[in-house]
Amino acid sequence: MLVYLGKRLVYTIPIVIGVSIVCFMLVHIAPGDPLVSVLPPDASEQLKIQMMAAYGFDRPYYEQFFKWCLRAIQGDLGTSIATGRSVTGEVLNAVRNTLLLAVVATFIGFFFGLLFGFVAGYFRNSAIDKIASILSVIGVSVPHYWLGMVLVIVFAAQLNWLPPTGAGPGGSSEWRPDWAHIRHLILPAVTMSVIPMGIVARTIRALVADILSQDFVPALRAKGLSELGIFGHVVKNAAPTALAVMGLQLGYLLGGSILIETVFSWPGTGFLLNAAIFQRDLPLLQGTILVLALFFVMLNLIVDVVQTAIDPRIQRS
Amino acid sequence: MTFVTSFLPQDPAKTAVPIEKSPGYWSGVFQRFRKDKLAIAAGVIVLLLILMAILAPLVAPMDPYAGRTIRRLRPIGTTGFPLGTDELGRDMLSRLIYGARFSLMMGVTPVIMAFGIGSLIGIVAGYVGGATNTVMMRTIDVFYAFPSVLLAVALSGALGAGIQNALVSLTVVFIPPIARVAEAVTTQVRNRDYVEAARASGANALTIIRVHVLGNVLGPIFVYATGLISVSMILASGLSFLGLGVRPPEPEWGLMLNTLRTAIYTQPYVAALPGAMIFITSISFNVLADGLRNAMDVKV
Amino acid sequence: MTQPLLTVRGLVKHFPIAGGLFGQKKVVRAVDGVDFDVIDGETLGIVGESGCGKSTTARLLMHLMPQTSGEILFDAAKVGSPDLSLSEYRRQVQMVFQDSYASLNPRLTIESSIAFGPQVHGVPQREAIERARDLLAKVGLEPSRFAGRYPHELSGGQRQRINIARALALRPRIVILDEAVSALDKSVEAQVLNLLMDLKDEFKLTYIFISHDLHVVRYMSDRVMVMYLGKVAEIGPSEAIFETPLHPYSAALTRSMPTMDPDNRTMAAPLSGDPPNPIDPPSGCRFHTRCSFAEGVCSQREPVLTAAGAFHHVACLRSEPGSGHTMAPSSAIAA
Repeated sequence: MLVYLGKRLVYTIPIVIGVSIVCFMLVHIAPGDPLVSVLPPDASEQLKIQMMAAYGFDRPYYEQFFKWCLRAIQGDLGTSIATGRSVTGEVLNAVRNTLLLAVVATFIGFFFGLLFGFVAGYFRNSAIDKIASILSVIGVSVPHYWLGMVLVIVFAAQLNWLPPTGAGPGGSSEWRPDWAHIRHLILPAVTMSVIPMGIVARTIRALVADILSQDFVPALRAKGLSELGIFGHVVKNAAPTALAVMGLQLGYLLGGSILIETVFSWPGTGFLLNAAIFQRDLPLLQGTILVLALFFVMLNLIVDVVQTAIDPRIQRS
Repeated sequence: MTFVTSFLPQDPAKTAVPIEKSPGYWSGVFQRFRKDKLAIAAGVIVLLLILMAILAPLVAPMDPYAGRTIRRLRPIGTTGFPLGTDELGRDMLSRLIYGARFSLMMGVTPVIMAFGIGSLIGIVAGYVGGATNTVMMRTIDVFYAFPSVLLAVALSGALGAGIQNALVSLTVVFIPPIARVAEAVTTQVRNRDYVEAARASGANALTIIRVHVLGNVLGPIFVYATGLISVSMILASGLSFLGLGVRPPEPEWGLMLNTLRTAIYTQPYVAALPGAMIFITSISFNVLADGLRNAMDVKV
Repeated sequence: MTQPLLTVRGLVKHFPIAGGLFGQKKVVRAVDGVDFDVIDGETLGIVGESGCGKSTTARLLMHLMPQTSGEILFDAAKVGSPDLSLSEYRRQVQMVFQDSYASLNPRLTIESSIAFGPQVHGVPQREAIERARDLLAKVGLEPSRFAGRYPHELSGGQRQRINIARALALRPRIVILDEAVSALDKSVEAQVLNLLMDLKDEFKLTYIFISHDLHVVRYMSDRVMVMYLGKVAEIGPSEAIFETPLHPYSAALTRSMPTMDPDNRTMAAPLSGDPPNPIDPPSGCRFHTRCSFAEGVCSQREPVLTAAGAFHHVACLRSEPGSGHTMAPSSAIAA
């Protein structure tokens, strides 16, 4: 186990370096001047050169990359070109909101995904199974940004039950656990939860059906184990995979929240990315993507390690 | 010399007996697919959507670009505008029909390109193995380490809005998963005894790949890739929704959805229409891919 | 003795395996210095427990993987030398695999599978197909019924006949049969064995017959080679190996053969335990950990193959003059 942990860590290092290189290159695959958004169109050549030097854009790539990494390790992701504020601060504020949304959505999606998956897997080819299957196909095929809009239309525009956008009353971007804020969380979280729900239901259904078709199940029945006891065995066998899917889905939601955040004007990383892209604020874009991607890599690592730790069948050596 | 002669046909009449042909693999696939009513329905919808895209100029009742502010945001069922008008007074039905051109193209093209590039990478890595495999697949892993939406947004965000940049970004997003599947199935096939037997009969790598590997790996890779079209549709329209793909005034479903967001209080049904089109397309591709997977008996 | 058709000298195959966290180099000693000859027209049986290196030896003989060291001579020519290209060697030496299903491409018809080899070697397609159909008849499958079928439509025995036809399609001189009948039902196995015997006579073939089933090996082989943990324990005429085995391991193997004679029952398990780990084989004689004749010297000194009769060689310190084993003949007599 320790050897596996060590190996998995060693294997993660090149991935982290690769991800950093990709993020770093984002600024350089961008067409035009990285400073185009801050400089007035009639800026003098001299001012341009001065600014390039100030931001370090005049150095060779590898040197820029090295310096960028060195600073990133110390928690400094540079300065936003548009606002002049520290990228790290902006990203951390936004990550908190996105994380909240993604975690709540993961839990909602998981609750229903597991429910549908288990029921469908247990009663295969029944009406419940068919409904669950249809729901899970819808879950993975629906454009969630559209679903968000539909929910806004129904629950905000038509019924006026819930607020359509924002994270809190009066455009508050600081989340607090009170009813006013929870009301703002409901629609985006439910919208987001549809993504993991479909995938979890599908995975769990196949998993449960597979487990139930294995030889040890009739053996347990023959031994006189109650159905509840057998259910316990199924849960035990399905848990590692379910946990792994949960971890990965959380990662996908964190990284993929931009569309839903745009629909709901949720002040998270997606909102930040949107702003960065349209103001051509490349350091902010780079920093946000780096943080989210590294989050995803770490989550992958944790999922793998936890799965290995709790699943006796996996002997990764 | 008896050795050689014994191989020659001794009785010419014997070879004249007609050889019984087994129905091949594809006829079995077709038989299985025919029984899957849901998949056929999905296939028909996909075909209709493709026809609609190709024949848009013939089917669309009006010019999708011509708008008059005086008739903006008419409800569904307005005479002359069966699906209403958008925020600039353009005919929704015509725009939705023309939108199939952009949306299908934006959704399907990246998967086709990624299928070509990803298969090539995966098959080479899987067949050659060793250090080549390690270098290629670890590079692929770096891109796989990004959540797909994030990578697509990051790339097209950095490259800037536009159809071309969006297509490039989406292709890059779909290469890693396809390459991984291609590598996995190729490694599997490569270690089968029939590939060993082919090597033992003195065939070179290219012949073996052509005769023994491709036929056994392209099917599974293809099935996997068709499963990605649904995701690609959602992502491609999503990029346009964010303003990163197709640009106004083109009628693309994702973009239309975005521009109609302001109308959710006044014309909610009209505003939701483009998204419904994305949904129908995506779910049809999804069901079709599932049916194909079952018919081709592929486990990926 | 005539020039052997195939000569194997010092054949070694070590598989590197990833070590611990810091990647210490470890190897699996799958084949660890094997010498033997194959004489034209004979059937050489190779026996041993699973993991003893039988199949690795077969794959090395086919050049399906590079050997760590050692050489293989075919008709006195080194494979890959100007006298004998690898491609020509592969035409002369063919192999039948154990898994009859996995060794046929599921997407190719039977006749295309058989015709593939000849086509690789430049036989025009029409002729190759004709040869394939003719071979189908030779292995007892009606060409008109089987040529156009796919592997999944056939039984295991039929598929193995096709694999034999595929191997013969290149008109080889040696056919390596790697557990070729082990996966078949007993009744089918007998049919296929008899087919192999007939084909051998008809095409003047030489067989290398690898199996863990001693009865079958005895039935098929002129000579038998017993392998243990990547080394040759004993090699000699089939009769000698089965009637008067000299190596304690061969003796244990032959005693483990179930017999039909009720008066001659095996009462005790002749061999206990599993073979040791080939990553870290025992010192000296590799069998000493399971040998009832083991003495102190056995863990220190590695036995060499010693002549013990006509064409009969054994690697045991008991038979090695002056080895220090109490049962060994003195070196004076041997000299």
